[in-house]
Amino acid sequence: MTTIALKHENTASLAEDPRTLKIRLAKAIRRKRINAFLYVLPLFLFVFVAFALPMMQMARLSVQNGAGGDILHRSQVAMKDWTGSDLPSEEIAAALVADMVEARENRTIGKVATRVNYSLPGSRSVITGTARKAKSLQAPYLEALATANPAWQDPQIWVSIRRAIAPVTPDFYLAALDLERDMDGNVVFVEPERQIYITLFVRTLILSVLITSLCLLLGFPVAYLLASLPAKYANLLMILVLLPFWTALLVRTTAWLALLQSQGVINDIFVFLGLIGNEQRLQLIYNATGTVIAMTHILLPFTILPLYSVMKTISPTYVRAAESLGAAPSVAFFRVYLPQTKPGIAAGCLLVFILSIGFYITPALVGGSDGQLISNFIALHVQRSLNWGLAAALSTILLAAILILYWLFNKLVGIDKLKLG
Amino acid sequence: MKSRLRGSLLATAIGTLLSTGALAEGELTVVSWGGAYTKSQVEAHHKSFSAETGVTIRSEDYDGNIGVIRSQVESGKVTWDLVDTELAEALLLCDEGLTEVIDHAQLPAAPDGTPATEDFLPGTLHECAVASVIWTNIYAYDRTRFPNDQPTTAEDFFDLEKFPGKRGLRKIAKATLEFALIADGVEPDQVYEVLATKDGQDRAFAKLDTIKDDIIWWETGAQPPQLLADGEVVMSTAWNGRIFNAQVVENKPFEIVWDGQIWDLDLWVIPKGAPNKDLALEFLKYATSTEQLAEQARWISYGPARKSSNPLITTHAESGIQMASHMPTAPENLTRARQTDAAFWADHVVELTERFNTWLAAQ
Repeated sequence: MTTIALKHENTASLAEDPRTLKIRLAKAIRRKRINAFLYVLPLFLFVFVAFALPMMQMARLSVQNGAGGDILHRSQVAMKDWTGSDLPSEEIAAALVADMVEARENRTIGKVATRVNYSLPGSRSVITGTARKAKSLQAPYLEALATANPAWQDPQIWVSIRRAIAPVTPDFYLAALDLERDMDGNVVFVEPERQIYITLFVRTLILSVLITSLCLLLGFPVAYLLASLPAKYANLLMILVLLPFWTALLVRTTAWLALLQSQGVINDIFVFLGLIGNEQRLQLIYNATGTVIAMTHILLPFTILPLYSVMKTISPTYVRAAESLGAAPSVAFFRVYLPQTKPGIAAGCLLVFILSIGFYITPALVGGSDGQLISNFIALHVQRSLNWGLAAALSTILLAAILILYWLFNKLVGIDKLKLG
Repeated sequence: MKSRLRGSLLATAIGTLLSTGALAEGELTVVSWGGAYTKSQVEAHHKSFSAETGVTIRSEDYDGNIGVIRSQVESGKVTWDLVDTELAEALLLCDEGLTEVIDHAQLPAAPDGTPATEDFLPGTLHECAVASVIWTNIYAYDRTRFPNDQPTTAEDFFDLEKFPGKRGLRKIAKATLEFALIADGVEPDQVYEVLATKDGQDRAFAKLDTIKDDIIWWETGAQPPQLLADGEVVMSTAWNGRIFNAQVVENKPFEIVWDGQIWDLDLWVIPKGAPNKDLALEFLKYATSTEQLAEQARWISYGPARKSSNPLITTHAESGIQMASHMPTAPENLTRARQTDAAFWADHVVELTERFNTWLAAQ
């Protein structure tokens, strides 16, 4: 409509001044652009509010110490120039006692104590216990604190407090990589019994690669069948592929519980067929095997559908031509057919890989102890330990890892070659 | 223009309607652990409280996910009015300033006039939490799987030769490590002293190592009776009330071993800024009164947190059996037992959870 109207006006005004035409054209284009922008504005705002903002918030949580500095504000000022190599001065001790009295009254001391306890296990009770007595403490405060609890004679707790009330902290990122700062501020690995997160990151990557490969291996023939069968059979098959897709995730996972458990259907069949004895039932669930089986099944449609949509567009004449030119069926497949399905393979794999890296419910239910992924531990810290700083650091690292992989993928395959459906 | 205006007015009206609906007087959202335990609360407290006051109670289940409370309080959109938690979590929430302070003087006195502060068992009243029941971590087995010799001690749980088969254990450090130490011969009153040392922790994990390959881990209270019934495990640690329920209501052939029980509390907390805070407090006072706690004990085998409730405990509401001997607090069940030390766990939960998970992840 606009363009037609524009045309009429233009022909009328063309004779008058060619410059007005240019200006009008520019105006029309700008109006169009603004219109286009207005169309996407709701989505843009939604993504910003529901996605970008929470992510920024999360990134902030991962480097912030929270309210510690406000609660122990006198100590924060007093500790500014303290080197932390030896016991602090009387002045710092006096500031801490005054802060403790105030924090005890405001009921905020627990917050600080919990935070300090992250880096120095056992210090929570020292701080809350001393805070309870803080009102009755008399100068000299350093000695009074030591009498209240001998832990105050060790510089360690003072260093931990100073770190916990600094506005910005690297501690959550360090903890997320199994690292910590020692007394002198050097970054070192935590003791081997507590090293867990690197193992989990690696396990998450390995299992995701495994699940992606299995999905491709199992999904490729199904997609091929779907694409090459006559429509009436293909539609039926398609429904079979989509049916589990439409079923709730929790239901599917629970179904796998019933199938895979040691007294479950699959083991019963094996025993009935005499493949294994009744006493040697296989442990197919509550371990990594269970996680891989259930997740592969749940994510399978995400490989089949993009593959199918690509294969549907490949004309059978290419393979026929290759074969008529003397190529063996396998050669025709690998050199003619397979390369044409590459966009579908790439899209399917990328989808499954990214989904499985963040999968949570299924590993939680069927993963047992060695089938847990990093997301299960993010959930643990969000839900149970309330250590949101660590949860945020773990999530940010996971996000960064995904972005790097995505970048690599783009370099190797090219994101514009993707075909998602 | 006119119709658009009308549309937006309508939307506003609906919005107001919905929001007032959610905040209406006389509604209460009570969150608890589900299953037989929530049932005992609904039967004993919710129904009679609703009948007396006309308040509608919405019962929600959760599995100890206190992160929800934090996100509700910090976002200012609190929808939970009253939450049932374990002690360590109740203390953590109070420390973080996420729950309301509860004035103990407001709690109802015992029938003989003893003030609540003296009637509640020691260690059951806290700044922001009021205990309702004592429950315990026991282990239970399926007696049909052991026709001859049956397990009787904590040691038997770790004895794979005498009692072969998979074991169910709760996938958290708390109570699991204590149980392992008791089974390793540590006196119950020494457990936390030992567990505070590196050697003691090594000892607990070494004990767990002896059965590690035969453990099925559970996370929600409904799982152990299910795992036992499915034959997935031959014995499992569990919350005693869930096993009791399976025994008497579902007639399962399960037996409880009380030896080495680690008992704990369930407490009510009110999230800070709960929409129906006053009503929540009314319900809390009602549900922790002497008579109500005794009534709850007719629905599940958890011991009341008040001394004055114990003489009032009678029979199980559904099966009619006497409840006294099924309580964690029955003297014959307490021969080798220990209460979880919430202060210890508040100090060491981070360190021991990390170590526990590292141990789990190692092959």
